[in-house]
Amino acid sequence: MTALDDAPRSAAGNPIGFGRMVRKEDARFLRGEGNYVDDVNLPGMLHSAILRSPYAHARIVSIDTSAAEALEGVHAVITGAVLETLGLAWMPTLSMDTQAVLATDKVRFQGQEVAFVVADSRYIAKDALELIEVEYEALPAVVDARTALEPDAPVIRDDKEGQTSNFIYDWEAGNKDETEAAFAAADVVVTEDILYPRVHPAPMETCGAVAHMDAVTGKLTLWTTTQAPHAHRTLYALVAGLPEQKIQVISPDIGGGFGNKVGIYPGYVCAVVGSIVTGRPVKWVEDRSENLMSTSFARDYHMKASIASTRDGKILAVRVDVLADHGAFNGVAQPTKFPAGFFHIFTGSYDYPAAYCSVRAVYTNKAPGGVAYACSFRITEAAYVIERIVDCLASELAMDPAELRLKNLLRPEQFPYTTPTGWEYDSGNYAETMRVAMDLAGYDELRAEQKAKRERGEYMGIGISFFTEGVGAGPRKHMDILGLGMADGCDLRVHPTGKAQVRLSVQTQGQGHETTFAQIVSHELGIPPEDIEVIHGDTDNTPFGLGTYGSRSTPVSGAAAALVARRVKDKARLIAAAALECSPDDLEWELGRWYVKGDPERGRTIQEIAMDAHGPLELPDGVEGHLDAQVVYNPPNLTYPYGCYICVVDVDPGTGQVKVRRFIAVDDCGTRINPMIVEGQVHGGLADGVGMALMELMAFDEDGNHLGGSFMDYLLPTTMECPDWELGETVTPSPHHPIGAKGVGESATVGSPAAVVNAVLDAIAPFGVRHADMPLTPANVWRAIQGSPVRTDLAVE
Amino acid sequence: MQVTITVNGEPRTADVEERMLLVHFIRDELKLRGTHWGCDTSNCGTCVLWLDGEPVKSCTVLAVMADGHEVRTVEDLAHGAELDPIQTGFMECHGLQCGFCTPGMMMTSRWLLDHNPHPSEEEIRETLSGQICRCTGYKNIVAAVQWAADHPAGADAAATPSEVTA
Amino acid sequence: MQTPAPVGYARAGSVADALALLAQHGEDARVIAGGHSLIPMMRLRLARPEVLVDINDLAELKGIRIEGDEIVIGAMVRHAEVLASPVLAEHYAIFAEAERVIADPIVRNRGTVGGSMCQADPSEDLSAVGAALKGRVEVTGPGGTRSLAIREFHDGPYETKVGPGEILTTVRFPIRPGAGSAYEKVERRVGDWPVCSAGAYVVVRDGVVAEAGIGLTAVGAPHFCAPDAEEFLLGKAPDADTLEQAARLAAAAARPSADQRGPADYKSHLAYELTRRALTRAAASSQGA
Repeated sequence: MTALDDAPRSAAGNPIGFGRMVRKEDARFLRGEGNYVDDVNLPGMLHSAILRSPYAHARIVSIDTSAAEALEGVHAVITGAVLETLGLAWMPTLSMDTQAVLATDKVRFQGQEVAFVVADSRYIAKDALELIEVEYEALPAVVDARTALEPDAPVIRDDKEGQTSNFIYDWEAGNKDETEAAFAAADVVVTEDILYPRVHPAPMETCGAVAHMDAVTGKLTLWTTTQAPHAHRTLYALVAGLPEQKIQVISPDIGGGFGNKVGIYPGYVCAVVGSIVTGRPVKWVEDRSENLMSTSFARDYHMKASIASTRDGKILAVRVDVLADHGAFNGVAQPTKFPAGFFHIFTGSYDYPAAYCSVRAVYTNKAPGGVAYACSFRITEAAYVIERIVDCLASELAMDPAELRLKNLLRPEQFPYTTPTGWEYDSGNYAETMRVAMDLAGYDELRAEQKAKRERGEYMGIGISFFTEGVGAGPRKHMDILGLGMADGCDLRVHPTGKAQVRLSVQTQGQGHETTFAQIVSHELGIPPEDIEVIHGDTDNTPFGLGTYGSRSTPVSGAAAALVARRVKDKARLIAAAALECSPDDLEWELGRWYVKGDPERGRTIQEIAMDAHGPLELPDGVEGHLDAQVVYNPPNLTYPYGCYICVVDVDPGTGQVKVRRFIAVDDCGTRINPMIVEGQVHGGLADGVGMALMELMAFDEDGNHLGGSFMDYLLPTTMECPDWELGETVTPSPHHPIGAKGVGESATVGSPAAVVNAVLDAIAPFGVRHADMPLTPANVWRAIQGSPVRTDLAVE
Repeated sequence: MQVTITVNGEPRTADVEERMLLVHFIRDELKLRGTHWGCDTSNCGTCVLWLDGEPVKSCTVLAVMADGHEVRTVEDLAHGAELDPIQTGFMECHGLQCGFCTPGMMMTSRWLLDHNPHPSEEEIRETLSGQICRCTGYKNIVAAVQWAADHPAGADAAATPSEVTA
Repeated sequence: MQTPAPVGYARAGSVADALALLAQHGEDARVIAGGHSLIPMMRLRLARPEVLVDINDLAELKGIRIEGDEIVIGAMVRHAEVLASPVLAEHYAIFAEAERVIADPIVRNRGTVGGSMCQADPSEDLSAVGAALKGRVEVTGPGGTRSLAIREFHDGPYETKVGPGEILTTVRFPIRPGAGSAYEKVERRVGDWPVCSAGAYVVVRDGVVAEAGIGLTAVGAPHFCAPDAEEFLLGKAPDADTLEQAARLAAAAARPSADQRGPADYKSHLAYELTRRALTRAAASSQGA
């Protein structure tokens, strides 16, 4: 790869290809002219609100909507009974389960949708909610996943035939026998219970939709917060029986996705029904409490991890047993053949031959979800558990955690490397990345400072996280979501005047696609990025694809964009040859131009070729006019970005407060299309790590009451908790990706929590603490120091 | 109840319910959609605008309380085609990604620089500590404010990319 | 976004006007000042006043001034003003130290001293400051104006001695030459309510404590204060041992409940630790350090 700073600059100062440039999409956001779902307003549009269950588990005895219906300004009140007549009371989830759209028999989590009001204004809709009378018969709730399979646990999913307990599935991966043998023979075995608590992606914009069923044309237009507009369109067709060619799903600007906006929520379905019933557009936008209480949470993995090693720190095997809390419906969003997502990448970045994991999933009386919040399909859980247990091993061996990692990291010559659980890592130069991080951090100086501070009774900690993740799902043979293979299309049209439009299947929620995808095409064709318009988010105007999550945009759609541009370039060569009256083999390419070998003055720029393609030029047989191309890219493998993070904290043992002093992040995402955007993606994910490590928690009381239903208790990090991130990079391209890029959107969220947690535990190690669970709030840190750690997911003792 | 609120220099009169939140008045009555909302508990700050020259969370003010008062929103930052240095700073320094928290961040930052033209990093962070961003991790937001402080007259930034080290 | 229930609105132009409006509308009227306690409750429909009496225009309730040997803070003074006040900073560092960690800078532009005192949240930082400094509040109603010690102002969580038809008008603090003061707060994240806060003032004269005031919030200390600990300190040199013992007495006054912010034993510990730290800094400051 050429050095990224080398791309020549256009007249507007933008790199013709890769490099730093300000974003094309900023203009509207800076002026407050973004177009988010709540900004969408149609003539005659009505508003709506959802009545939600106050109980975690209860039978619905009766619902009386008459007073609500009578309120002036109310147009419709829809209940589960009404939806049942349309066959829409239940819908399939992305995990082959079903989820209630509006409750019929029971409510199964606090906040579950019970009724839908359509009214003239959001104020009246909320007034109407208070007039709906629901009689509930409260039932005992299953709140603690660890009790969900006890013999007397109430069965939550009695709606499912044959469901006699709260068991969902068992799943396993790895070489169980080799793993057991390795453990039996090992000098050292360390085991720890490690919780990744329930957290929430909490994008700043909540979820919502404007549904417009046009009764005359039969067309449904749905503006909605979706990271996967085409998948949604197909699902609405399959589930609601609406003709797919008559459904248009539009993702306008989205105020953050982070996996929260992948699934189809009851509110969207109700908005569609509301529009059908009233004959008018219906808007539904949820409150923040609804977002936190009912939309896709993330994680909630109760893990028991064991690591086996030699006495001098050579890792021999890792085993993890997981209890997965899926909430009341199994709604996890991941490739269908992977019920536990990509968790079996928990083997991490290390060289050892034996590993095994088992995952048991259970229902509880909580909201459905689990895969969200930049998890790369459970890789957050996997990266966290391996980095935590490796640190526990370091502690047991009294070995420096950097030294232990360097001793075990995979070496460059081992790539492509197949892990004991079947992942084929594409490329990596791990030790180099780790050295860059340690140099940036001044690791040795930090250890010396720590030693001096400990002698003075001050407690600082240094935490390392080395992660490998797999993104860019994925090869269609292995990866589909409800039968939709994860291959993505890309269309490119170069207009007569040499300007281009590239249509993507993926959907930005802030990642900068309008800029980076223009840069990819620019890199291939030499058209300046300011002359390339990126079109996305409207299923009528873009090719099919599975959307943006799991950091898949660059690996999949970015590959498609590069390849479609190459198709255009190849076609341009044929047209240029016709124009220059030579053989295509006589032509050479320099950025933006085909020219005659040996006679470089004779050539055609891509802009000239575009006009030629639309003009009267006689084209050779087999070459069609115009300068357009289409590609559907089926990735051959995932890509495997990785990184080394080092976090420095100071802990006040008198109060348990943690201050993140420094955070060093060195990422290797292969080719970096726009370093400014790459860094921005990393910064955001690092903040997630600080948040989850120190403060974020969806807690419940023993009755299943949700204790994290607002930003007063679901705490997100601010400017004060986030340090000035220190970034570095190494570049190890992906050998199978057309531009060598791996994607980076979730790397920092995947890698950072372990760095923070490892740092805190490193700080309080002198108190004899080897492990404590997230979130490491002041109370939890203090209790860990006292030797009486709390169980952090049960929020109140 | 009839209210008249001077918004971005222009008196705007409307008949509103007493319970209407100022953020809804701005967005739904006046169709100024640059001010957003994102929570239920006055925590997130996506609704920040100026009331009588000070940043406030407009979800926690009733429109009737602003009757006779002055409001400034993000739409007033630019002068026609010319961006405010704060806006240019956010673009130059990649201080925004999804853009949802950005108007609030910029309104508070503009106020800060009007009162403290050369704030320290600490001061910038403290002033913005009541507003949440989920995309940027804040570093580039701080850089954006520092850029605007260093370029009080803006810059011919659209024409040339600047060598900003974040 | 959640939305309030229908409500009426009246804007008062003076204290007399406000009292008349409250009398006119009776029990169902609520005073609204900064609105950052009331409007959130109205949005959740936990508060459903019939009429709001807006007192933001009441000039009589604004301003921070010195009257003789007292600091007088009007009920409509915003948190941001308290934080920035040079008058308050000159006399008691505790005001700025506490305000810096109350809510966030934007909320502080609207929230008021009177509003926070009357909301009487059991975790209210200003209640600890007021109790520590042994301040007084003035309450005006149809029967005239009465003065109460802040330590007698609270009847319980969210309940004060402000009666129907009355408004809190000023908060007053004695000026104490030679006093040092400090505030310590532990919170889960900036802007959060405290897990525990402790504030203190100390006057050290001739090497011993002549006066002390200790305020605690969020840990169930009756009237937000620790009188036994204050009593203990009198006449003693403020050395580390003495301050530790005082802090233990302060912790004994606390009756914390476990909640999402922390378990009870942790809060008791913080009551001790934060009192100790506040006393240490206050004493040092009094001694000119």
